[in-house]
Amino acid sequence: MAWQWFHRLGSPRWFYQKSSAWLPWLGVASLLLLLIGCVWGLGFAPQDGKQGNSYRIIYIHVPAAFLALAGYYIMAICGAIGLIWKMKLSFVVMRAAAPIGAALTFISLFTGALWGKPTWGTYWVWDARITSMLILFFLYLGVMALSGAFSREQSGDKASALLALVGTVNIPIIYKSVDWWFTLHQPATLKLTQASTIDPSMFYPLITMIAGFYLFYAWVLTLHTRTMILQREWRTQWVRELLGQTAPGRP
Amino acid sequence: MCSESVAVAKGGQAQEAGVSAGAGPGFMALLRTELLLAIRRRADIVNPLLFFVTVLAMMPLGIGPDPEMLARMAPGLIWVMALLATLLSQESLFRGDYEDGSLEQISLLPQPLYFAVLAKVAVHWLVTGLPLAVLSPLLGLMLNLPAAGYLPLVISLLLGTASLSLIGAVGAALTVALQRPGLLLALIIMPLYVPVLIFGTGTVQAALDGYAYSAQLAVLGAILAAAAALAPLAAAGAIRISLDH
Repeated sequence: MAWQWFHRLGSPRWFYQKSSAWLPWLGVASLLLLLIGCVWGLGFAPQDGKQGNSYRIIYIHVPAAFLALAGYYIMAICGAIGLIWKMKLSFVVMRAAAPIGAALTFISLFTGALWGKPTWGTYWVWDARITSMLILFFLYLGVMALSGAFSREQSGDKASALLALVGTVNIPIIYKSVDWWFTLHQPATLKLTQASTIDPSMFYPLITMIAGFYLFYAWVLTLHTRTMILQREWRTQWVRELLGQTAPGRP
Repeated sequence: MCSESVAVAKGGQAQEAGVSAGAGPGFMALLRTELLLAIRRRADIVNPLLFFVTVLAMMPLGIGPDPEMLARMAPGLIWVMALLATLLSQESLFRGDYEDGSLEQISLLPQPLYFAVLAKVAVHWLVTGLPLAVLSPLLGLMLNLPAAGYLPLVISLLLGTASLSLIGAVGAALTVALQRPGLLLALIIMPLYVPVLIFGTGTVQAALDGYAYSAQLAVLGAILAAAAALAPLAAAGAIRISLDH
């Protein structure tokens, strides 16, 4: 009996119906936190001693980078659950997580480039972290491309889940090797002006933004999953009934 | 060609051996068959090598003939080209067997699919990675690679291309059911090649800078050991997914 919720979770229909109740809460909470974090971080947090106002981009950059990484693991874990327990919903969540993760990786790369111009004097540096994020971006694109390449949905699900898992094994190795490569090639002129400790007055808005990003991620992932469920299950009775209710004009 | 009879012969030969005495003889039988097939299809061996040499000959035409600059870029160029040559030859790793049905026969053998994948990858390395490593000093010469770089280049290519073949096998197995997997295969496999590339060029670069390079070789060896243990498992899983398709 204790496992009943787990089996229910496998049903896209159950998820679709339950998640309608979560959506407003997730949406309001994430937008509220993001609003508070933005105003607090951009308007009220003190200026940085060295970087002036330009450091404020961390309120976008750091949470996006956090979730870009966490998103890959969420995607891979969903893929693993799908492969092991043959759970339909899990594959849908995995597919929905891929473009969101890729977008967040792109945002963290883009904001990093914008931040690099005033602090390092250049948009792009082959820094270890930037390079790792770029490779993470390619890993996301690979999973997306593979899942879209199969004409049969189930094959695409399983193949991209396996690729996501292989990527998970590789991510630590890639990070370590890029780190090693960077220490070998590090140009002498570049200095990361990274403060060793962050002042609480800057830290609290950052934590607010990270929490806001997490909730936002959950919200967008749920929305995307729901859309994909409808697209996949459009032949079933319950989706037809649902569409019939909202759009009575359709046959 | 007589693909059906090849399939039957391959399946039969491997099956007899596998049933009689566990994984070892089955592995050897598959290895022998694959090697024989590879030797009969010479173009598959020669083309990646020709690609390797031709593209490397384009490099000085593109970036200029300055010997010092070429010497500085040589380790990276040779390694990237070796990576591309391996990648391009990987597409056909399981394709023939998938199309004539022998891959399905092999997957039904009583021995684990792991050993079959390992045998195919070993043959792939013998006909692409090994010749590439043997040929690399010649290309080093053309690119004005300093004398200290030759031995580390060959050793690192020997170890590294084996890892590349193993990792690429996962991608080849994932895409074998698709019509034109070429670019997709490159897209999904390239990011996974990054550690091998870094430590491969790192080996040669360390030797050129006058440092000991055994640490980099040790890491390449570790990557190879991990890839040999894990990649055939992932590839075997991917083959079962592709056969389902």
